[in-house]
Amino acid sequence: MRVHVDREKCQGHNRCYALAPELFDVDDLGNAFELNDGLVSEGLEDKARRAVANCPEYAISISE
Amino acid sequence: MTTERARVADWATDFDHTDPEWIADPYPIWDELRATCPVAHSDRYGGTWLPVRHEDVAAVAYDTEHFTSRSVVVSELRPGPDDLPAPIGLAPPITSDPPFHAMARRLLLPAFSPKRIAALEPFTRQLCGELLDAVATRKEFDAAVEYAQHIPLRVIVRMLGFPQEDADVFRRFIRMVLEDVGQSAEERQAQVDDGELDDYMNARIAEHLDNPQDDLTTFLLDAELDGNKLAPDHVRGTMVLLMIAGIDTTWSAIGASLWHLAQNPVDRRRLAAEPDLMATAIEELLRAYAPVTMARLVANDFEFKGRRMREGDWLLLSFPAANRDPGFFPDADKVQIDRAENRHAAFGLGIHRCIGSNLARMELRVALEEWVKRYPDFELANPTEVTWSAGQVRGPRSIPVRIL
Repeated sequence: MRVHVDREKCQGHNRCYALAPELFDVDDLGNAFELNDGLVSEGLEDKARRAVANCPEYAISISE
Repeated sequence: MTTERARVADWATDFDHTDPEWIADPYPIWDELRATCPVAHSDRYGGTWLPVRHEDVAAVAYDTEHFTSRSVVVSELRPGPDDLPAPIGLAPPITSDPPFHAMARRLLLPAFSPKRIAALEPFTRQLCGELLDAVATRKEFDAAVEYAQHIPLRVIVRMLGFPQEDADVFRRFIRMVLEDVGQSAEERQAQVDDGELDDYMNARIAEHLDNPQDDLTTFLLDAELDGNKLAPDHVRGTMVLLMIAGIDTTWSAIGASLWHLAQNPVDRRRLAAEPDLMATAIEELLRAYAPVTMARLVANDFEFKGRRMREGDWLLLSFPAANRDPGFFPDADKVQIDRAENRHAAFGLGIHRCIGSNLARMELRVALEEWVKRYPDFELANPTEVTWSAGQVRGPRSIPVRIL
């Protein structure tokens, strides 16, 4: 499983970073980006789905 | 003085966000409009629109071509020819449009990143503890007046590097800008002309120019746009924005959350027992009791969702109404503090996403954590004495509580 942040859609709500700091980080402007090329390590799948389901801008997607 | 306004008889054609019925409980009004007239119009304030569905609120927030942010507070006074024109506006970047908006916003964003805000958490936690200590000997006190309002006020005063004793000055300014919208255009213009707020800010700016500090005011004075320092009007406008947007809003969120917990023993006991749930719970409290409604002005005549909008019309951009749309949130009217899917719009949507959202979230979380740690059991001392603010920032202004 991989997560991906669409930088065009991200407005810096930082919900993903708050929910899953293992998978996302934010830059100085608050824009989110995925860590480890988006690779979701085992056991973090639920957190990845939670991040998707809480992004107000629909900026995060998952690919299996 | 506030002009007495006629009571609203029909919400679909004559709504008014300062009507006592709206102030007391706006949710049934929005529910009815969603079913009958999802983009309502009122002739008040010279013509105002009100979308109440999530998809329509989102569409307006994303459409910076047809809707300008030049003024974001609906009143009888529209921006005049002497006011700073778009794309800058009076209080950049909230009153700015693209492309200037992105530049003005980029300047500020680093000061509000999650990591910078995390550094303010110990101060905030200590402040909450001191506020609770101050009422520790009493069984009854006002959770809005004696607790909630002080937290964002003192944090933003610290961030700007202003004297802590100026808290009362700030409170008066906030009331003038956000709550006295029922005044006539003449009354409102007279307050602007009076210039007290500008004078206060100019004095603080002069102090910081003489004696730079490690704070947000000096940060703004040092900031550069295209190789030039910001114009004094820009610095002052942004400081006013941070002061006003940073206080009333979070005060409202903390107050509404405590008001909810006072009436919901299951939720507050669960939060006391499961501290890890707090991060999820505050998002749900922000969804259900979102304090902030923004506004836009229609930039040019066009048709939106079958309604003919005209240049210069106001539009109330109700993120609180979007957050209660059952077409977007299952059980939208129920507060579920463990709600797993929650794309709430309490901090707005699109390019104007609240720049202080990380600050607000930290203050709300810490305020509730410290409260439930100290007082897992409390109730409203007298539910009829709870009062709610008027205008575009909704929150309880008095919450008499009894500690159990």
